[in-house]
Amino acid sequence: MSTVGRTATGARRRPRTTTTVGAALLAVLVLAAIAAPLLAPHDPEAVQSARVLGSPSASYPFGSDVLGRDVLSRVLYALRVSLTVAVSAVGVATLVAVPLGLLAGYAGGWVDSLISRPLDMLLVLPALLLAISLIAILGPGSVVAGLAIAVIYLPILARVMRSSTLVVTRNEYVVVARARGAGHLRVMARHVLPNAIGPVAVQASVLTGFALQLEAALSFLGLGTQPPTPSLGGMLADGRDVLTQAPWVEVFPGLAIAVAVIAFTLLGDGLRRSLDPTGVAS
Amino acid sequence: MTAALALGDLRVRFAVGDGLVSAVDGVSLRVEPGEIVGLVGESGCGKSTLAAAVMGLLPPSSVTGSVRVGGDEVVGLDDRRLRAMRGDRVSLVVQDPSTSLDPIWSVGDQVAETIRAHRRVGRRQARALATQLMTDVGIPSAASRYDDPPHRLSGGMRQRIVIAAALANEPSLLIADEPTTALDVTIQAQILGLIRRLRDDRGTAVLLITHDLGVVAQVCDRVAVMYAGQLVEVASAQELFDHPRHPYTRALLGALPSATARGERLAVIPGQVPDLAHQPRGCRFAARCPLRTDVCEQAPVLEPVGASMAACWHVDQPLPSLGGAR
Repeated sequence: MSTVGRTATGARRRPRTTTTVGAALLAVLVLAAIAAPLLAPHDPEAVQSARVLGSPSASYPFGSDVLGRDVLSRVLYALRVSLTVAVSAVGVATLVAVPLGLLAGYAGGWVDSLISRPLDMLLVLPALLLAISLIAILGPGSVVAGLAIAVIYLPILARVMRSSTLVVTRNEYVVVARARGAGHLRVMARHVLPNAIGPVAVQASVLTGFALQLEAALSFLGLGTQPPTPSLGGMLADGRDVLTQAPWVEVFPGLAIAVAVIAFTLLGDGLRRSLDPTGVAS
Repeated sequence: MTAALALGDLRVRFAVGDGLVSAVDGVSLRVEPGEIVGLVGESGCGKSTLAAAVMGLLPPSSVTGSVRVGGDEVVGLDDRRLRAMRGDRVSLVVQDPSTSLDPIWSVGDQVAETIRAHRRVGRRQARALATQLMTDVGIPSAASRYDDPPHRLSGGMRQRIVIAAALANEPSLLIADEPTTALDVTIQAQILGLIRRLRDDRGTAVLLITHDLGVVAQVCDRVAVMYAGQLVEVASAQELFDHPRHPYTRALLGALPSATARGERLAVIPGQVPDLAHQPRGCRFAARCPLRTDVCEQAPVLEPVGASMAACWHVDQPLPSLGGAR
């Protein structure tokens, strides 16, 4: 994952330590999630009555939960689900938001109103309420949770794209491209989009961290990923009742969430810096 | 002969708030093939709006009158026909080469883009044509510069790229909107030389928009002086400098600092350009004009005065004070 930016003079800028740390943390998490079947010491769904609330040991480094399932294996598999839901939700939201924001910002006038007003209405609704309403209609599950997250983040990303488009469109090279005979579609695709996409990439990276959190919150409430499939939020719910006797059931999935959110935020911060040609933001 | 550009009673109005701003008000002007015509005026007098109107870049509802490019009417053309015209028959060069090139694409690609927008040529052929154009406008080792992003080039080189892109399809008319304002004087002279050479070699007609009378003196055949959206004087460059007719032109020339007189206060024209939303009914320069009389309540029209055209009731009265000695 390259976070190396180019400055206005064309010299390569060294990424900051924080960016490197973010990228490294994320790489570890992603690799762990992908390699979960190889890394997990036990079957994440195997119930063992003899190991109920077993404390961490050599063969069960993170201990075991109320049903005697290995917490480490469950965290690894849960990370898979959570990362997949978070990344694809934000990915879908971005894919829809970018063309909408681009068109709204470039065309302005009634086209802008037609696109922006409904998105503003979405933005007014509290995120969790929106998610719960959608799940109430479509039924719980990780796919629906991901869809709900995409709907929640769509207006935010579209607004970022719109405002960044507004700034770029004011540049003289956009008028000049028109004066050379380029059509609106070509100007948007070739001159506005590449210059305006930066802030959206930053926002998407940060939002992916929040999406992971939101997915955990929904699963905690029993609205997201359904048992027996392990999920970070679901594990938090399982561990809540035994927090004083067996804190490891709660702590390790909680840590996984925290580390993932920090990784995405640091990465977004690094992206922002490397995309800012003036370097003022540092 | 068909004029390269013929403006007939061109008007541009914008609705701003609840008022109507008249940015260009009844401008008629011809630019013949191979002619360089200067359009002079201070900031905000409507020069750049006029350029945008000629390129068909303004909302159709705000433009009335006639713009003929090589005899063909531009006002009222649909978007597809406008696109076919822009960059092909008419090209625009704007003021600041640091903002008129897209920072993402290489300079060569931006020249090639103009070619490919209008001609069915392959990628490699467009690259060869663009490289040739870059050489033509005086970019040393153009082939190796082709893939450079704009920020690797100096301001003068960037403006050459902008001009190369503007010339890509051999337009019959080039509109240069303050092409040298952002450049230092040496580079300015080079760019003006380039524009003059293009006229000589290719017979391109040029409408050169500027506020700099020095630029006019260097390259223009004829000059149109614009004030508050209207033309107040049109004359050959020679005639304009030798016998300025309109009090505004005379005041402008009077305001030029002299190279020989030392320690003098610079002459200024008192007052400000009238608010475009609230124009006086009569002559627009009246409020600032030392020759103002009651007759100036009525709008003067552009009429022949000697070898020039001027819109003033008092063309031949001497100008008091204000460096009229020139």
